[in-house]
Order: sequence, then C-alpha cells, then structure tokens
Amino acid sequence: MKFRLLSNIARSLLLARWRQTLVAAIGVTFSITMFVTLLSFMNGLNDLLDGLILNRTPHVKLYNEIKPTEVQPVNLDPKYSKSYNFVRSVKPGKTTKEIRNYLAVTNSLNKDKRVLGYAPKVVTQVFFNVGATDLTAAINGIDPDLENRLFKFNEYVVKGDYLDLKNIPNSIILGKALAETMMVEVGDLVQITTSQGERVQLKVVGLFQSGLQELDKVQSYASIGTVQKILGKNTSYVTDIQIKLVDMAQAPALAKEFGRKYETDAEDIQAANAQFETGSKIRNLISYAVGITLLIVAGFGIYNILNMMIYEKMDSIAILKATGFAGSDVKRIFISIAISIGLFGGIFGLLFGLGLTSLIDQIPFDTPALPTIKTFPVRYDPKYYIIGGVFSLITTYFAGYFPAKKASKIDPVIIIRGK
Amino acid sequence: MEAIVLETRNINKSFHDPVTIPVLKDITFQVRKGEFVSVIGKSGCGKSTLLYILSTMDTDYEGDLLIDGELMRDRKESQLARVRNEKIGFVFQFHYLLNEFSVLRNVMLPGLKLNQYSEQEIEHRAFEKLKILGLQDEVMKKPNQLSGGQKQRVAIARALINDPLIIMGDEPTGNLDKKNANIVFDTFKELAHEFKQTLLIVTHDQEFAENTDRIIEMQDGRIIRM
Ligand SMILES: Nc1ncnc2c1ncn2[C@@H]1O[C@H](COP(=O)(O)OP(=O)(O)OP(=O)(O)O)[C@@H](O)[C@H]1O
Ligand SMILES: [Mg+2]
Repeated sequence: MKFRLLSNIARSLLLARWRQTLVAAIGVTFSITMFVTLLSFMNGLNDLLDGLILNRTPHVKLYNEIKPTEVQPVNLDPKYSKSYNFVRSVKPGKTTKEIRNYLAVTNSLNKDKRVLGYAPKVVTQVFFNVGATDLTAAINGIDPDLENRLFKFNEYVVKGDYLDLKNIPNSIILGKALAETMMVEVGDLVQITTSQGERVQLKVVGLFQSGLQELDKVQSYASIGTVQKILGKNTSYVTDIQIKLVDMAQAPALAKEFGRKYETDAEDIQAANAQFETGSKIRNLISYAVGITLLIVAGFGIYNILNMMIYEKMDSIAILKATGFAGSDVKRIFISIAISIGLFGGIFGLLFGLGLTSLIDQIPFDTPALPTIKTFPVRYDPKYYIIGGVFSLITTYFAGYFPAKKASKIDPVIIIRGK
Repeated sequence: MEAIVLETRNINKSFHDPVTIPVLKDITFQVRKGEFVSVIGKSGCGKSTLLYILSTMDTDYEGDLLIDGELMRDRKESQLARVRNEKIGFVFQFHYLLNEFSVLRNVMLPGLKLNQYSEQEIEHRAFEKLKILGLQDEVMKKPNQLSGGQKQRVAIARALINDPLIIMGDEPTGNLDKKNANIVFDTFKELAHEFKQTLLIVTHDQEFAENTDRIIEMQDGRIIRM
C-alpha cells in the first residue's frame, strides 16, 4: 500500500516532466546500448584472434629438440664430481627427434582425465623442386581426422578437401602462398626431396590459409603415413604430440609434468602465445572503461533532471511533508523516479544493444587472411547483458540518491514562509 | 469540560540571523476539543511562527508542546510526520495543491499515507468531504482548473480527510476576495458547530475573529488576550 502510494506519486511527477525524463532515459539507453555492443564486438574480436592462434595451437606440445645433453660424461665421473667442469664446443650427440616410447606415451595420455585429446605429428623439412630452384618448407604429417577434431583443420583448408589426405595416397595440402610461389594448383603434382636425398612426387589435393602469410609460405600438410614413408620410418615414428587439455589454464603445470614423465621437451600454450592474452585483456579493459564512462555521463544526466525536478516541485514536496509524509517517503519517491529511468532506459538499452550487435553480425567482413570469417565477429554472451543491466540500476540509483536526499531534507516551513 | 487537545507551556523562540531576535515569548495556552479559536495580532508579531511550531513542522524552540496530551519533544522526524498526518489538518494562505493529481486524489493523499482505510473507503470519504464543501461537481478536475475560492476549499477538504484532532489555518482567506472569504468562513463555522471540529485560525479579519468562540491576541511575540 505504502509502496504503491509512493510509486504512484513518483509516476505522476515523472509523467508531468516526461520530456526531460525521456531525455534522461535515452541517455541511459544509449550508454547501455554502446556498452553491450562494444563488449560483444570486442569479445567477438577476441574470440576471432584467439581462434586464429589459440584454437590451432596445442595446449601442450611434446617434442624433442636437438641439443647437447645437459649432463656431459665428465660430470658423471666421480673423480671430477667436486670440481667445476668446462667443456667447450659441445655438439649434440646422436639424438633423434623421435618421441621415444610413443606407444607407451599415448597409452598413458589415453588414461589421463585432464587430457581432452591429442594428435601425433611428424614434422620434417623438405625441398620442393621447382624447375631449377629448390624451396625449403616443412611437411607436417598429420592424422586428418584428429587434426580436424582438435584444431579445426578444415576451417583453414580453402581449396580442396582435407579428407583427401587420407583418401588419396601420396597427397599433400600446400600453404596458399607456397602454392602461388610454385605456381601449382589443386590436382597438380609437386616433387620434393627429403634431407636424406629421397625424391618423391606428391599430388596437391588442397590449399590452406592460416591467416598468417609467413606461415603459409613454408608449411604443408600430408598424412602421417605418407610422411613416415617418405622418411623411411615405421608407423611409431612421431616427432610431436599435440595435446589439448580439458582446462587450458593447467597447461604450464601439465607441460612440466609431461616433460618430466615422458622425457621430452614440452611447451605450453601460455609460453608460446603470451602476447595474445595480453591483447584480449586490454581490449576487454577498454570496452569496460568506455561503457562505464558512458553510464556515468548518463548518470549525471539523471542527476541533473532530478535536481531540476526537485527545484520545480519544492512546493509539492513541502506540502507532502506538511500533510504527513516523512523525509524518508520523499527520498523513496525520488529514488524510485531515478530507478525507473534506469530500469526503462536500461531495458531498452539491452534490447537496442542486442539489435545493434546482430546488425554488426550481418555486416560483411571479407578478408583473404581469414577464410572462415564472412561477417564482423561478435560474441553473444548473457554476461554482458547482466552486467549492463546491473550497472544501469546502480548508476541511476546513485544519480538519484543525492538529489533524493536533498529533497528529503527540504524544510516545509521555509518553503511555505517564502510565499 | 472538554479534553485539552493542544497545549503550550512557556514556548520561546528566537531567530539568529545574524543577531538573536526573540520572536515568541512565554507562549502558554490551551485549546479544548470543539473550540473555534482565532489568533489575531499585528503583522510581524509572530503568529505564523507560532503556528508552525504548533503544527510540529518547526522543532527549533524552547518550552513544551503537547498535542492530544502527548509531549512533542525529542521525537524523530518520521514520528512528527505521523502526528501531522493523523492529528493535524493544516490550511495555508496558499492552497498548495498538486497539479499532477485530480482534486479527489489531492484530498485522498494524506489518507492514503495514513493507510487506515482501504483505498475505496478513502475515496468515498474524500468525496464526502468535498461534498460538505460544495465541490461534488469538481472532483475529477485538476486543481489548476478551479477558482481561487474552490482551491482553498479543496485544501480544507484535504485537511479534513483524516478527521484531525485540530485544524490549523494561517490566514486561509488571505488570498481570497470578500465573497470567497465568506464562503470559507462559513465552512469553518459549519465544521465547528455541526461537526464539533476544533479549529485554530490565524486571521487579520476582525469581523471573522469576533464570530469565533475565542480570540487569542498577540503583540510582539506575547499573548496579550485569550
Ligand atoms: N527566518 C527568519 N529569520 C529571521 N527572522 C524571521 C524569520 N522568519 C520570521 N522572522 C521574523 O519573526 C517575526 C514574526 O514573523 P511571523 O511570520 O511569525 O509574523 P506574523 O505574525 O505571521 O506576521 P504576518 O501577519 O505578516 O504574517 C517577524 O518580525 C519576522 O521578521
Ligand atoms: Mg504570517
């Protein structure tokens, strides 16, 4: 009853000044719209850039780097264990890039609950023979199915079908830039020479574009079996194991653990791509800062309107108090005016935000570097709408609080005497 | 003897801006239920100041104020608001109606605030009060569509809505012409004699004052006749 009475009075005051009220509400609507749109767009962009690198990067990569052993024989000799030994010009010994005990490692990974999946890879450098010149590039021997499941391989195969790697023997997918340099098309044959001097002809079944031109110039993909055959190795020869984890945040810890357990080198995604996370964070920060600034500006608008309203309605406030309304009632009336401006402005802001976001989602965005992206990227996340809604209520509450407090302190005697 | 509804004991008040000027000095009097009292005195003698203290709106004074036998000292702002709402009907020189609301709603507001009756009942009561004041045809109008005399009568109806213990008026006819002033006078008389309504009205009108039950005359902040 009491609440109804106060909100009824609030509504009447509000409607009596509906033009100013509308302007204030539009201010809130505008800022919430921008807030939601900005966050959706920025995060869409973040997702896109993350997708560019992070989605295609294993969380943990196991591999063997060719390097001298850390423990040289002299250190093992008990005679010199107390001394500080210098060994100059150390060369790597007979090390191999092969992951030792590949089957044992995969057995263990299969059982590990923290691992979402893994894909083996054989990486080798070869020469592509083009007429009189040779181009160096890497061939990645992959399992097309696994590679697609874990790293969305098909998203960046722009021509041809990635499954042909599996279906057509001795096939290869070239980086688009590499294919352009060699002037070959899908269906053509390319000749390669391995580092052992072996010559092989492979059929081009597709082109890929990663979005990073430099990468596309020196990379190509073949099935893991094909590469093993070229290198003359058996089917357990694997140089890299790319692991995707259930929780990416655990990557640094698990990389250390796996590296120790399987006696390989291990690199985690955070170490490999530290700069990407920083970029995302800064973009997020900017969107929040802009959104909140807009809201605060809208808050000042509400503050002004309420101050004006209180100035105009001095007599009404005085008579309400004279006839028995307490200061707290008056305060509640003005705060509910502010909150309703925030509520309606905010609701429309959220709706317009959704509208504007889906509009941006429709705008064509064609870039040869990003074959899968056809329109501007946005992310629809209820989180932004909740934050926007809560913020609009909080700012309008505070914008209303001070004028309302002032109104509650109005002394009716002063007003009535002044007449 | 009727019960005492309003009592003051040695009320003193001074303004301090910038020098201290005593405005009310040793005001002591009582008003009994059903009395129709007028307060007269020269301009500036402190009548309005006294009335604001009596209505609990001004709390900055020395001495005791008792309404309905209860001391008003050291009460919270919200408690005093409740006393005003329930026990005092105030009629000002200016009507102070809210133009956002209809005449009926204006009269209802203090009743809705008191929340003693349902909204329908309050509406019915407001209508009855307006009828007493001859305004039954104006209930749905907005206050700015009424004449000055009508507005002041609406303000009286608003003062009556919660059946107050006492109605106070600060020159309620001050803004009205002779004809309208007479209508308002007659209304007060009718309330006093037919409904036994207690009234305390500040006035400049000697003729009006002589028609009331009792005259309190003030001079320089003191009561010189009562
Ligand atoms: N806020 C104030 N500050 C200082 N002095 C004041 C203030 N309000 C009123 N006064 C003084 O107090 C005295 C009494 O004022 P009050 O309004 O009560 O007179 P009044 O009897 O109602 O006069 P009138 O018949 O003209 O309405 C006057 O001398 C006035 O100048
Ligand atoms: Mg006066």
